[in-house]
Amino acid sequence: MTIQRRRFIAAIGTGALAGVAGCSQQSGGGDESDGSDDSGEMDGSDSSSNGGSDDGPGVAGETLTLTTTTSTYDTGLLDAIHPDFEEMYGVSVDAVAQGTGAALETARNGDSDIVMVHARGLEDEFMRNGYGINRRDLMFNDFVIVGPTDDPAGIEGMGSATEALTAIADAEAAFVSRGDNSGTHTKELNLWDAAGTDPGGDWYQETGSGMGEALNIANQQGAYTLSDRGTFISQRSEIDLTILVQGPIGDGPEILANPYGVMAVNPGVHDNANYDLAMAYIGWITSPGVQEMISDYESNGEQLFFPEAVSENPDFQQYVPDGWSSGE
Amino acid sequence: MPLEPAVELLPALLEFPFREGYVTSIIYVSLYVSIIAVSLSTLVSVPVAIVMGFVDFRGKQFVKSVINTGMGFPSVVVGLLVLFAVSNQGPLGSLELIFTKKAMIMSQFVLATPPITAISLAAVTGVEGNVRDAARVLGGTRLDAALVVIKEARYGIATAVLAGFGRAISEVGSVLIVGGNITSSDGISKTRTLTTAVQLEARQGRYETAMVLGAVLVAIVLLVNAVVVRLGDTGGVGR
Repeated sequence: MTIQRRRFIAAIGTGALAGVAGCSQQSGGGDESDGSDDSGEMDGSDSSSNGGSDDGPGVAGETLTLTTTTSTYDTGLLDAIHPDFEEMYGVSVDAVAQGTGAALETARNGDSDIVMVHARGLEDEFMRNGYGINRRDLMFNDFVIVGPTDDPAGIEGMGSATEALTAIADAEAAFVSRGDNSGTHTKELNLWDAAGTDPGGDWYQETGSGMGEALNIANQQGAYTLSDRGTFISQRSEIDLTILVQGPIGDGPEILANPYGVMAVNPGVHDNANYDLAMAYIGWITSPGVQEMISDYESNGEQLFFPEAVSENPDFQQYVPDGWSSGE
Repeated sequence: MPLEPAVELLPALLEFPFREGYVTSIIYVSLYVSIIAVSLSTLVSVPVAIVMGFVDFRGKQFVKSVINTGMGFPSVVVGLLVLFAVSNQGPLGSLELIFTKKAMIMSQFVLATPPITAISLAAVTGVEGNVRDAARVLGGTRLDAALVVIKEARYGIATAVLAGFGRAISEVGSVLIVGGNITSSDGISKTRTLTTAVQLEARQGRYETAMVLGAVLVAIVLLVNAVVVRLGDTGGVGR
């Protein structure tokens, strides 16, 4: 027994040593890995952009947290254009894909520095509450109503989105709704509102999922759904759904327009927000060069987003909530 | 190791639409987060289980039922709780942990601790009373008795750690919420794990790649189990 006790003490000792070593290594490792997250980025971009920026911009090594929508993220657009920004400033961008509602909520809690979303009503509310500033129109595409090729509700080619929805409701044809407070979901609810129909019943299913998932569900169930054109195009080869009602890009009704906006989190509300970098990002992404990159970005051979930040006649309404006037 | 599925999966792996380093980086993040979380959990859980196995105190049954409830705690709820804690508005907000691996470790620690504690406790209490008595009769102290019990219970404790690891690495809800599923634009994972990568692929309808990533996850869990069982057979505690 005493032998065992001695062994035990030895084991405890070794264990403690190992534990301490593990801990110091762990914290070291943690720092290191976090460091390598940042410094790795920094090194990478430094080595690639060192030539021009020896004294480097003051933001080098920082991280910009961008909350955005699944529709911008899943199309691969951000991955395609962000290296340019990261090289230019020696920073890294953490893009977190959420729905528009969740993206704004994360920013509202001060957990992101900048938001890129597509629901003007929610963006306006965000600005009015003081959380977002310096909003810019960024780009647009449009929504399309997609459905099975046999089109049980007979909406193909309709020129009115609201009539199409009414027809779907009248036929009680299966319809998949995002149901997740995203930009697309918000648009869909606005459309039902405009159609004067209150959707409900077995045929109307709220999935509470991202656009890609909603398209999959609609595909499997032969249902209609409202999709942004970008996600639909990037996923079209995987599914059998087809566009039945076009948006404005395909000469459809203007009500299906899908404008994206970008805005910085107000540093007056959240003083930890990386405002400098957020503004640098807004300046970068609304610049002619990057707007052209957005325009050139294709998936399955089709353009997904149409830039609208650069204009001879800037639309001043883009900076302020809808209906705002200085007399308020 | 079953070879045939691996062979079938190979073409799919070759056609992976992923950039170099992407898959290895998400495997790295998965293992990094889960192993640290489970190690921390084990450091807390096993002593707690041993003390609870040896000491009787009032409210012990209550503590037990709290631990058992913790085993069934939904991971999204844990994710939300950790989110509230590490969010800029939360008590730990100033540490800026949100969307980092550290936040993911926190949530997995919360998830893994209850099963490791509960299963270890069951293993410790499952050691027959007469083993304990024999140790005392042979002149051992309480400490010696405890050692004998740990030695007898080592398989159970190993199972507990594996269960905790299984829960941590296969969990998707909380790491998605507190980690944010981030990769940098060069395709290297920052907070994307195998599970959140599967979720992302499934969201985009790429079920085949999702399945392949899922198979990788299963293979890793299998490997870890094999290693631990082997260690238990040869190296074992106190042999």
